[in-house]
Amino acid sequence: MITSFRRTATISLTVALCLVALPSHAAKTLTVYTYESFTSEWGPGPVIKTAFEKQCDCTLDFVAIDSSAGILNRVQLEGKSSKADVVLGLDYNLMALAQDTGLLTESGTDLSAVKLPVDWTSDVFVPFDYGHFAFVYDTKVLAEPPTSLEELVNAPDDLKIIIQDPRTSTPGLGLMLWVKAVYGDKAADAWEKLQPKILTVTKGWSEAYFSLFLNGEAPMVLSYDTSPGYHMAVDKTEQYQAAAFDEGHYLQIEVAALLKSSPNQELGQSFLQFMLSKEAQAALPLTNVMYPSTDIGDALPPEFSKLIKPTKSLLLDTNTVRDNRKAWINEWLDAAN
Amino acid sequence: MPLTSDNSSRWWLPGLIALIILVLMTGLPLAALLFSATDVAPTEVFSNNYFRRVIWFSFYQAVLSASLSVGLAIPVAQALSREQIFPGRKLLINLYSLSLVIPTLVAIFGIVAVFGRTGWLNSITGTLGFNPFSIYGLSGILIAHVFFNMPLATRVLIQSLDNIPNEQWRLATQLRMGGLAQFRFVEWPAMRRQIVGLFMLIFTLCFTSFTIVLTLGGGPRATTVEVAIYQALRFDFDINIAVSLAIVQLVFCVALLLVSALFKQQSPLGFGHQAPDSLFRPASGYRWLNALIIVVASLFVSLPLVGLFISAVNPATIKVLLHANTIKASINTVIIALVASGISVVMGIGLLISSRHIRIRYGKHRLGQWIQQAGNIILVMPPVVLGTGLFLLLRNVADVFSIALVLAILINSLMALPFVLRILDGPLMQAAEQHDRLIQSLGIHGWSRWRLLDWPLVRKPLGFAMAISATLAAGDLSAIALFGSERALTLPLLLFQRMGSYRFHEAAATAALLLAVCLILFLALQALANGRTDRGNYADT
Repeated sequence: MITSFRRTATISLTVALCLVALPSHAAKTLTVYTYESFTSEWGPGPVIKTAFEKQCDCTLDFVAIDSSAGILNRVQLEGKSSKADVVLGLDYNLMALAQDTGLLTESGTDLSAVKLPVDWTSDVFVPFDYGHFAFVYDTKVLAEPPTSLEELVNAPDDLKIIIQDPRTSTPGLGLMLWVKAVYGDKAADAWEKLQPKILTVTKGWSEAYFSLFLNGEAPMVLSYDTSPGYHMAVDKTEQYQAAAFDEGHYLQIEVAALLKSSPNQELGQSFLQFMLSKEAQAALPLTNVMYPSTDIGDALPPEFSKLIKPTKSLLLDTNTVRDNRKAWINEWLDAAN
Repeated sequence: MPLTSDNSSRWWLPGLIALIILVLMTGLPLAALLFSATDVAPTEVFSNNYFRRVIWFSFYQAVLSASLSVGLAIPVAQALSREQIFPGRKLLINLYSLSLVIPTLVAIFGIVAVFGRTGWLNSITGTLGFNPFSIYGLSGILIAHVFFNMPLATRVLIQSLDNIPNEQWRLATQLRMGGLAQFRFVEWPAMRRQIVGLFMLIFTLCFTSFTIVLTLGGGPRATTVEVAIYQALRFDFDINIAVSLAIVQLVFCVALLLVSALFKQQSPLGFGHQAPDSLFRPASGYRWLNALIIVVASLFVSLPLVGLFISAVNPATIKVLLHANTIKASINTVIIALVASGISVVMGIGLLISSRHIRIRYGKHRLGQWIQQAGNIILVMPPVVLGTGLFLLLRNVADVFSIALVLAILINSLMALPFVLRILDGPLMQAAEQHDRLIQSLGIHGWSRWRLLDWPLVRKPLGFAMAISATLAAGDLSAIALFGSERALTLPLLLFQRMGSYRFHEAAATAALLLAVCLILFLALQALANGRTDRGNYADT
């Protein structure tokens, strides 16, 4: 009895110690931290992995973090010991914050092909796709969606919307900044009026969109102007459409960056460059459901021409966002809840 | 412990080692955190509107949860005490003990299955034309807290009702007391002594509630300090705020412990309630009311479990159970449970052996108690804070993906320690009180003392302690929540993720698997300790 108990304990301890000690030294592995929906089977992850591995003679290892804002926190938590070579899926709004951590380094990437609604100046971050935030609605439930943010804010309280938490999700952060860009100092009032219409605040985009909105929990969800493109091209349905708002739409630019601590600088640089190649860029519209950040001509699915064209791209300066994010989030926590 | 010629003087060694480990495991991470914090200002927490509301909400929901749990436990305990004989009574009371070992997340899943958006309750009220009831927010938190704590309170109260001397019941019968009079003169005085202590205990448990508030809190609307600490680290990696909030929480917890120490009480965490053999208590009160209360309370406690099992069998079940992540998570969960439980029990025994010596040989009861109290340190320290400190310490020496599992082991061994101490304290003291003089005259000590005298007496409780601590560790989310990843999965984490993304079918299968793993661990470890063996049975013959 005692011996068998002792044996069990010894084995368990040994196993536990092995778990700590086991180094993972596969020759040339590029580890990329990204958000969960990027690596899912229908996401761009598998396509990108196959294509890049064909040309790099390496293993591309995606590590899924549960939300996009979580990527940065994870790297901060791990510090210099992080296994990440590249972080992929940060948002323009978080760039200044990410750069301040001192964990990132220059991308060494040729950005001449980049074509965005705004000029690109950063030499640390590589923009790989973009879209505008928009409320997507179910045409079968909602025949006449609001035509402006103002109309949504003042809509009757039985119009339910699902949004995301600005602390964890980039669309959530995007909406907070959208409201800020439109209402300025009066943002808190707008949130207070919006509050009764918010069915729930989710941690990430995919649970809001897939689990709740597509299951009919609410007629409107915070998503992207590009989302209907997927439904039209893949599901062959026009049931879900984005509501065009008069004030303009807030821009999301998704970026990737190389970590200073990465021992695979060259491989990381070639991956970042690969993300701008026509092969990778052409995969994004229907897997990540965003506009590619370069001109891919005919490779853009024709359905994307049927999407709403925002009258104005709203974007606050990333440094302004960094300096005010906490105060604005506190304001949001106070007013929207 | 090696057997040496003179080790009777080594009584202090096991306790000292355990104390050193405790200090290292809590002190070092705290130091690491304070070292990386640049500006810790606990008072500033109070000047922030949001955090003020978080603190207020922590108190508010804890007061409501404790009042509801104790308030509802009173009629339930009364009804169960008034009806001493009905089929399934014992099973029901045992079901009330289950809430101690059932993983929080599993219960939450069951509660969502019954009360959730698409749950049974809403489909019934929905057909009757009522608006759907939302479980996310205060209502869900309260339901879950009552689910866990009402049975706990009921068990303690039944125990005090069962301890009422038979003479009082005879007298009550002779005086033809009605239900109300019985309550006023017999039952209430017996329960009253427990109520304040129970309230304080449940209040403290709910005040620091993590998993329930994290999952049912519904965004920032309903957040406790414990969850706000997690969010400060998870969302912003803001060590300053996290440490400040942790200090605020620590102050509140210590104050709460001091207040509850004022109300001496029978240990509500006592296990294995046994009714006296010859309890004379005729059924009393309105029988239909007793029956109604018992039925409603039983449904409330058992429906979530039934809901879990019904929803666990669905089209996704096989796929989920065979999923690579599920298998990885199951293996990790079992390893964490066994190692954490082992460490916890060894530390517990170490503390108890030394504290027993101090208490019995030196008669310094108070000092011995304090040494034991050291093992309860985790009760005032948020696991997330401890975990972050440990992560910062370990990240430079260990593989970052594996740290999560090591943290889960270390933190869970600390979290199980109060239970281990409570379970083993009695038997170890008893072993010493019975044999201490004999031991001294025969000069038995060290390993042979343990093997010959302690082991036979503590073997069963030891198995129980291992079983409880392993089950707690297997079901815990708080230690892994912040550090787990796709590469360091446990079943609770997987369940949390699947519930978080509203993947109901996958979550249901995962919850059932987690419950099964916990039950197997619980039964197997107890069986292992109780198993027939030729060694160490001298005391039985």
